[in-house]
Amino acid sequence: MAIRFVLMVNKQGQTRLAQYYEYLTLEERRALEGEIVRKCLARTEQQCSFVEHRNYKIVYRRYASLFFLVGVDNDENELAILEFIHLLVETMDRHFGNVCELDIMFHLEKAHFMLEEMVMNGCIVETSKSNILAPIQLIDKAP
Amino acid sequence: MALSGMRGLSVFISDVRNCQNKEQERLRVDKELGNIRTKFKNEKGLSPYEKKKYVWKMLYIYMLGYDVDFGHMETVSLISAPKYPEKQVGYIVTSCLLNENHDFLRLAINTVRNDIVGRNETFQCLALTMIGNIGGREFAESLAPDVQRLLMSSSCRPLVRKKAALCLLRLYRKNPDVVNVDGWSDQMAQLLDERDLGVLTSAMSLLVALVSNNHDAYWSCIPKCTRILERLARNQDVPQEYTYYGIPSPWLQVKTMRALQYFPAIEDPNTRRSLFEVLQRILMGTDVVKNVNKNNASHAVLFEALALVMHLDAEKEMMSQCVALLGKFIAVREPNIRYLGLENMARMLMVTDMQDIIKRHQAQIITSLKDPDISIRRRALDLLYGMCDVSNAKDIVEELLQYLSTSDFAMREELSLKVAILAEKFAPDLSWYVDVILQLIDKAGDFVSDDIWFRVVQFVTNNEDLQPYAALKAKEYLDKPAIHETMVKVSAYLLGEFGHLLARRPGCSAKELFSLIHDKLPTVSPPAISILLSSYAKILMHTQPPDPELQNQIWAVFRKYESCIDAEIQQRAIEYLALSRKGAALMDILAEMPKFPERQSSLIKKAEDAETDTAEKSAIKLRAQQQTSNALVVTDQQPLNGTSPVGPLSIVKVPSMSSDMDAGDHGLTQSNGSLSEMGQHATTPDLLGDLLGPVAIEAPPSASVQSEQNFVSDQEVSSSVVDVLALAPAEELTSAVQPIGNIAERFQNLCLKDSGVLYEDPYIQIGIKAEWRMHHGRLILFLGNKNTSPLVSVLALILSPAHLKMELSLVPEIIPPRAQVQCPLEVVNIRPSRDVAVLDFSYKFATSLVNVKLRLPAVLNKFLQPASVSMEEFFNQWRSLSGPPLKLQEVVRGVRPMTLLEMANLFTNYRLTVLPGLDPNPNNLAACTTFCSESTRAMLCLVRIETDPADRSQLRMTIASGDPMLTFELKEFIKELLVAILMTSPAPAPTPPPATELAIPAAASTDPGAMLAGLL
Repeated sequence: MAIRFVLMVNKQGQTRLAQYYEYLTLEERRALEGEIVRKCLARTEQQCSFVEHRNYKIVYRRYASLFFLVGVDNDENELAILEFIHLLVETMDRHFGNVCELDIMFHLEKAHFMLEEMVMNGCIVETSKSNILAPIQLIDKAP
Repeated sequence: MALSGMRGLSVFISDVRNCQNKEQERLRVDKELGNIRTKFKNEKGLSPYEKKKYVWKMLYIYMLGYDVDFGHMETVSLISAPKYPEKQVGYIVTSCLLNENHDFLRLAINTVRNDIVGRNETFQCLALTMIGNIGGREFAESLAPDVQRLLMSSSCRPLVRKKAALCLLRLYRKNPDVVNVDGWSDQMAQLLDERDLGVLTSAMSLLVALVSNNHDAYWSCIPKCTRILERLARNQDVPQEYTYYGIPSPWLQVKTMRALQYFPAIEDPNTRRSLFEVLQRILMGTDVVKNVNKNNASHAVLFEALALVMHLDAEKEMMSQCVALLGKFIAVREPNIRYLGLENMARMLMVTDMQDIIKRHQAQIITSLKDPDISIRRRALDLLYGMCDVSNAKDIVEELLQYLSTSDFAMREELSLKVAILAEKFAPDLSWYVDVILQLIDKAGDFVSDDIWFRVVQFVTNNEDLQPYAALKAKEYLDKPAIHETMVKVSAYLLGEFGHLLARRPGCSAKELFSLIHDKLPTVSPPAISILLSSYAKILMHTQPPDPELQNQIWAVFRKYESCIDAEIQQRAIEYLALSRKGAALMDILAEMPKFPERQSSLIKKAEDAETDTAEKSAIKLRAQQQTSNALVVTDQQPLNGTSPVGPLSIVKVPSMSSDMDAGDHGLTQSNGSLSEMGQHATTPDLLGDLLGPVAIEAPPSASVQSEQNFVSDQEVSSSVVDVLALAPAEELTSAVQPIGNIAERFQNLCLKDSGVLYEDPYIQIGIKAEWRMHHGRLILFLGNKNTSPLVSVLALILSPAHLKMELSLVPEIIPPRAQVQCPLEVVNIRPSRDVAVLDFSYKFATSLVNVKLRLPAVLNKFLQPASVSMEEFFNQWRSLSGPPLKLQEVVRGVRPMTLLEMANLFTNYRLTVLPGLDPNPNNLAACTTFCSESTRAMLCLVRIETDPADRSQLRMTIASGDPMLTFELKEFIKELLVAILMTSPAPAPTPPPATELAIPAAASTDPGAMLAGLL
């Protein structure tokens, strides 16, 4: 029961953020990202938010032009992950104010910081937005 | 758009974004990589700010999918930067770019350790996070104790401790041998008293990892988890920050319920009640609301609660609520809920007795098989596959076949395999099976592996009734203009073998069949041509008297292929031509194929292998594994060599015999009369102490004891031979059936476990799954027919000893081919006794009548419940039970040597709670347990063992309880445990020679060992 990776991909299929919690070689990542992006982006709004791929399950959610794809173990609680994606987006919203693809792209390091405060070693570590954002504010304050 | 001062990074990202195509992007990236490389080369001139900027560029490039094979050193070196922003970048980028085996990581160990033991808590967090993500062995070795200390420290703030918990989880998972968690149960329980929900969220993940490995040590966490759930469910003391759309941390709720699913049962009645209250509240109180997020979050909790209820499988009432909810979910339009409904319903199949209720939803599930969403279709397929049995196989397989023509290619292979397996497993009659497989080949020939058509040929060859039907079907398919090559192969094979059975029908003369097959020859590939040539030879052989015209036609074909470039075809053509000229000799060589020996279906094996390929241990999977052990599993297990297995003629200690002299007091250790164990008995002469009196104890473990024992069993064996002879005609004895595996060993295993195989032979497998609650027990016997023909005259009688009330539900007289029948058996324990109930089981297969007497694992220790008492309670009770008959003492000799720890483990396995430290003498051991029966109710029993470290072969034991009979029986029971030879010893002891002579004629008449060896 763990998160294997978190991907943010725009609707052209370009990766905007990738965080893996198990080691994959570059080739494996490229192949995996290509396959699941192709699978998920082709799906319609009326279809469910879960896609089975190899021995992963992908839980995904779309926000405007950006897809959030989370790879989890088969026994993970899918809806909990689906809402965890939303929590991530709300946290980014609180920091950036109406977050968009460009925020994530040009503030890659902040997106990474936030995710790092929320997920560690594939497990959820924090769900309180103010706790998640506290260390980031520390940087903004730093000289 | 400027990024906190890192202008160069923003510019680079914009540049890449503005690239028109992949090629431009690559050029821009290469340029940048060159730039960074140059900068890093003159490292001296780089400020920490510049380093930070370049490191981020590297991560960005890596994310785009380009290899970054330099700069790792610079990244790692940022970790030792004094300022937070640089250090943070160093830590984060290192964990993205490097893996645990990277050499550079070693360079950072010291810095990381300084950060962890230092005072700066933000640095501590960074270090813990990185180790938590990529820490390997060296980190575990040097840092695990520090991390453990941080986690338990009361002076640390939650933000550090939550990371320490997950860091420890990683170090433990990766190196369980380095990170010692032996004494962790107390700390874990203490950790769960934490109020901070962030720390609890992490701690719960840690708990899941620990209990998935070994739940036994963590019983004390169950009430704590229940309390956490209560707190969340009632929304008590949950800060607003941890409430998500009005729901107190759904993630923590889910994780907590998951942790509970790793415990087999929840014993404590108070905890149980509280937990069920919470679960009930969740099941009843989750409504559909408008807000999507709230709805998802509450349903995430609901689905986890469903899983927990299913796992506990306790309250009938709640189980039916679950089924009702799932039934509702699989019918809704919302795709996520429908998907999860189907997924969870498939999990529910694992629960006994639920199949029938789930079957009511069959029509609804079939609708989902036609859903436009492949995710949902897959779930529906899985569920239909799982719920299929003899009763609904026809409907389900028909639906799947229909779906096959329209399904997407991605699913066809899986679907074909599933159809083939279901048809084989649950065929109500074999002609249906043939129909299904031929349809399958017709509709999805490309996806039908050779295994599938080989299997249908095996079935037809082995079942004479089926042969004309199969041949006719084959002909019908060949009549069609365009058919798949696999269909050509199977049809040609079947017509070659069995076409002559159709001779009287119109259009089925040998000549017509030949031309029908031969029409397809130009369309097929060489492997199929070889099969066609064999068919021709067979047709020729079957045409009696020979038809010269047909002969000429076929010879012409053979001649044509005599010079074929394909060696296989050429050889066949030459040989068949030569053979067919020999006339009568042809008859022998090309006669019908003999029956195939029964063997495991390669298809089913394939499916099983596929299911066990993932490594992760999950609660659901563990459960599923338990389950499959009951299911009809045909193993490849070799029978033990001819002399050792328990023969069909074995004698079992029947309760009524228990007063006989030779059965003596051995209860559990009394073997199933198997020869292998007699050798074992002989090595433990003291076991016979009761039987032979003081003389035997003095005597060495000698031949006199051995021959005594052999004498007894020789008699038993020969008397039972007579029994069988009396029952059955002489030739039936020649087809006696040998069991697979050691019956006594299986029984012994089942005395400790609650599910497993009780008996297996080439035709049947009897599995058991048992549940015990106080003095009640419920066993389910799984009778699985391993064959393609039915087992008849099935008869199961329970010979129950006086102290057990047993009721076996109706056992059907016939078990259909490849079907499994479940027969519940209710047990009530009336009073303490070590007598064992016996299942007298018989069936007929072809001409052999098989009768076995099997001991049932409804033994004394199943009615024990681990108890825990304080030292004070123990001593009070101990004092109040003074002397016989309530307290009995005995010096036991001939104890098999074991350490005190091994003895404690043995006791724990048999559900006696060992109370460490209660007895001040370290060579002694105190234990207690609760025994449940109708006469005694739940009664506490106390045990004390005093050992002599100088002589491990003897000890003194004292047993006390409030019932004289219980005290006595328990004393004898424990004595047997201590003196018995472990039945699980890998190799059976060599059989003493006199026994072998007698045993072989009975066993070797058919020698299934040789039979099996021949086909494996």
